[in-house]
Amino acid sequence: MSRVRVLVGTRKGAFILTSDGGRRSWEVAGPLFGGWEIYHLKGSPADPDRLFASQSTGWFGQLVQRSDDGGATWEPVGNDFRYEGVPGTHQWYDGTPHPWEFARVWHLEPSLTDPDTLYAGVEDAALFQSVDGGVTWRELAGLRGHGSGPSWQPGAGGMCLHTIVLDPTRPERMYVAISAAGVFRTDDAGTTWQPVNRGLRSEGIPDPDAEVGHCVHRIAMHPSRPDVLFMQKHWDVMRSDDGGGTWHEISGNLPTDFGFAIDVHAHEPDTVYVVPITSDAEHFPPDGRLRVYRSRTGGHDWEPLTEGLPQRHCYVNVLRDAMSVDSLDPCGVYFGTTGGQVYASADGGDRWEPLVHDLPAVLSVEVQTLP
Amino acid sequence: MIRVVLPAHLRTLANVAGEVVVDVEGPATQQAVLDALERRYPVLRGTIRDAATQRRRAFVRFFACEEDLSHEPSDAPLPDEVRTGKEPFVVVGAMAGG
Repeated sequence: MSRVRVLVGTRKGAFILTSDGGRRSWEVAGPLFGGWEIYHLKGSPADPDRLFASQSTGWFGQLVQRSDDGGATWEPVGNDFRYEGVPGTHQWYDGTPHPWEFARVWHLEPSLTDPDTLYAGVEDAALFQSVDGGVTWRELAGLRGHGSGPSWQPGAGGMCLHTIVLDPTRPERMYVAISAAGVFRTDDAGTTWQPVNRGLRSEGIPDPDAEVGHCVHRIAMHPSRPDVLFMQKHWDVMRSDDGGGTWHEISGNLPTDFGFAIDVHAHEPDTVYVVPITSDAEHFPPDGRLRVYRSRTGGHDWEPLTEGLPQRHCYVNVLRDAMSVDSLDPCGVYFGTTGGQVYASADGGDRWEPLVHDLPAVLSVEVQTLP
Repeated sequence: MIRVVLPAHLRTLANVAGEVVVDVEGPATQQAVLDALERRYPVLRGTIRDAATQRRRAFVRFFACEEDLSHEPSDAPLPDEVRTGKEPFVVVGAMAGG
């Protein structure tokens, strides 16, 4: 019988929740790395018992931990993230030049096919690659060096490369998203990059439809249809049907189109989930009601999903990496909150229940479906 | 033989309890102690000093003999009491945060 493993990164450690395919009864392990911020942990699709975790604090910096036994034991691997060459400057919040400085790893994306290869998205925004299971890291410097790097500016959370999406049909193609620069695509495995932000419009920047400078919060892809991308931008939910070449808005009837998380149903490429958040000034759900919105039409038409979710006095946030799906049938959907709850739906979002109530603030949720 | 006191998070990382002891070749300086510490516990590389610049991380301080040595030059001799093992070299994580 299938099993599900939910990897939860929080402000004060990591937790691993496991269940059989029925998804009714959950075991909770953790905290792992207690007291450390775990921005992200994720398993290798090529070897699901190989897990990677980004462990950091403001005091003692960055570590990367690796497990080869599904999270039972861990060992620290490489933490030397050096920018290639002379790093140069990007823009600071006030528009002045600011030297590129490594702060932390926001996101780890293991290769779809090779358990030793993975990518790290870091703050200040850059992309690193390891081909030895995380022991050594090399910057894919063509991203920062493609031309617009000196004009990138941090979002409120820092200038982070937070999203890495691998194209399962074209190994040379991948996408990254940076706050607040936008989406970039490579078609040669990371050597050269181009911004792919046409159609985005952001009122908070001097040129609202600039090629670069958009605060993209998250992008998601269904593996069966890799040219279709869904995006939760700072404001606006967007869609591209041509690999980021052009974007169009699909916010439709959402109560607010601000938010962070977005994901796609495992078996229905046009079923998309977002969690609307009131505004950039109020990072909590509208009216104190935690609602996931689901579109079954690839956008525009959205329905609120509320059964089992708090519908009064709820003022948590759902961060960009804190939503994921399993690949069982029916598809399971999972998300974590800054209030420390991890909610799950075993029926595609119709009904929800909390798997845990009182973890530290949840930064990331990843789900593995295991044989 | 130099005694070093690590903060709790770094003791956990290094898988040690209580003080650790390192041997330093040549003059006993901050740099020599930290080099020896990182040789013995490679997991600590980058956690006390930035791996690229070798500068002390901003929220880490070095105390010894009731003095804050954090701003001393990294190649300055440590106090005799530290050099002889009478007093420990203390690595401190700043008391801040939640």
